[in-house]
Amino acid sequence: MTLDFKHTQTAHCENGVTVGLLRHYGMNQITEPLAFGIGSGLFYIYLGIVKVNNAPLISFRTMPGNIFKRTCQSLDIPVVRKKFASRESAARALDERLAAGHPAACQVGVYYLTYFPKEYRFHFNAHNLIIIGKEGDTYQISDPVMDSLHTLTSYELERVRFAKGPLAPRGQIYYPGAFGSVSDEQIKKAIVSGIKRNIRDMLHIPGFFAGVSGIRYTGKKIKTWKSKLGDEKSRSYLAQLVRMQEEIGTGGGGFRFIYGAFLQQSHAYHPVDELPEIAGLFTKAGDRWRDAAVQAAGIYKGRLSSQADYDVMGDMLIEIAGLEKEAFTRLKKTVPLLK
Amino acid sequence: MKKQDIPQDPSALNNVTKEVTYAVDESGNYTTGLSTGWSVKAEALDVAWQDIEKRVADARKKVEDGEASPLLFFMETKLMDLTIVASYTGFWKWQVKRHLKPGVFKNLSDRKLQKYAELFEVSVNQLKQPFA
Repeated sequence: MTLDFKHTQTAHCENGVTVGLLRHYGMNQITEPLAFGIGSGLFYIYLGIVKVNNAPLISFRTMPGNIFKRTCQSLDIPVVRKKFASRESAARALDERLAAGHPAACQVGVYYLTYFPKEYRFHFNAHNLIIIGKEGDTYQISDPVMDSLHTLTSYELERVRFAKGPLAPRGQIYYPGAFGSVSDEQIKKAIVSGIKRNIRDMLHIPGFFAGVSGIRYTGKKIKTWKSKLGDEKSRSYLAQLVRMQEEIGTGGGGFRFIYGAFLQQSHAYHPVDELPEIAGLFTKAGDRWRDAAVQAAGIYKGRLSSQADYDVMGDMLIEIAGLEKEAFTRLKKTVPLLK
Repeated sequence: MKKQDIPQDPSALNNVTKEVTYAVDESGNYTTGLSTGWSVKAEALDVAWQDIEKRVADARKKVEDGEASPLLFFMETKLMDLTIVASYTGFWKWQVKRHLKPGVFKNLSDRKLQKYAELFEVSVNQLKQPFA
């Protein structure tokens, strides 16, 4: 049986799951930028001591799971999330939910995700998709980053639900609990709380490696890479930075464009002229991130290799840190105007 | 990024899906467009895979030279580190580290070898003689 579920393609998987499920239950106002902004999705962190694929952990977005949780909670929608000790109980819970006529989202690992191209199959465990039906032994999958539906056998699905390693999903399924209609007034409030939390995360997070200071820190670090790490390792690190920033799921420009779109859409709920103006700053920041990616590519392609080229790259990030600081500072001054 | 500037370069996603990208129109209003890929990030992904190939080749050499057990070769082939191998097999990280020593590996029980063989999707014989 396959549920009557409208597949929505989005830039990012967790935004897509949030939009797909909330629309399925009647919240037609939700869009990808609104889900991302209300969930305070924008972030930056550089963790040199944690290695992912042998390069530093770099992220342009908040922790997996936060966007769905925060967006639902801000809109007074209950969140149901279940993790399972055994594979049998995980399969049973999903089948029972489908049999009752309801879709469910799963967090999965992509290493064994058969419909992903091989080049993208790393041990990354925070991908999200929606199960929308089951025929015999085959599950129908609405994967928000894909343009069409896919299928997984029960073995294939079990394998990705029980992927191991960092952020292991432990079979978890999640979905919104029962909720009535969401009013525009609720959305207005949720937008404000989403913006406030994002200002806190980007401007006031303690430590030097996260938020706008994390971007500046990365810029300074990059200038030392050539002499400290050598060309080969620097190349891998820069490639990692660009992948986290631009790969499928980011919407381009390290999620900055999606955030710009969020502020523009917020203008319909809060007609304050600063919002589209600040959105323009995020467009500029996203563009500068992409310029930096081009510079990084020059280095990892071997076209650029002098210390001066690394300095240019580092300075670009330091400039971006300034831009984003300005954007969030203006946003902070605008918050009191959002009634 | 302007909508008409959304890159349409070849990528590993071709024939699988196009990706949603956010961009602005002439008046700066956000809209979405589909992209087939961007050479800058396709090259970044190439770098990641070149690194993996190099790690696999290095691991192969170490195994052939008797500096590491065959587990190292399979770990690198499967893009795994100690944490991931340990969590799939149920061994402790320090145990996996020990099993990477050729002398220790030689004396592993069949039951333990079987666990590794399953994870790396090979037979126990292949696990013992990866380049035969």
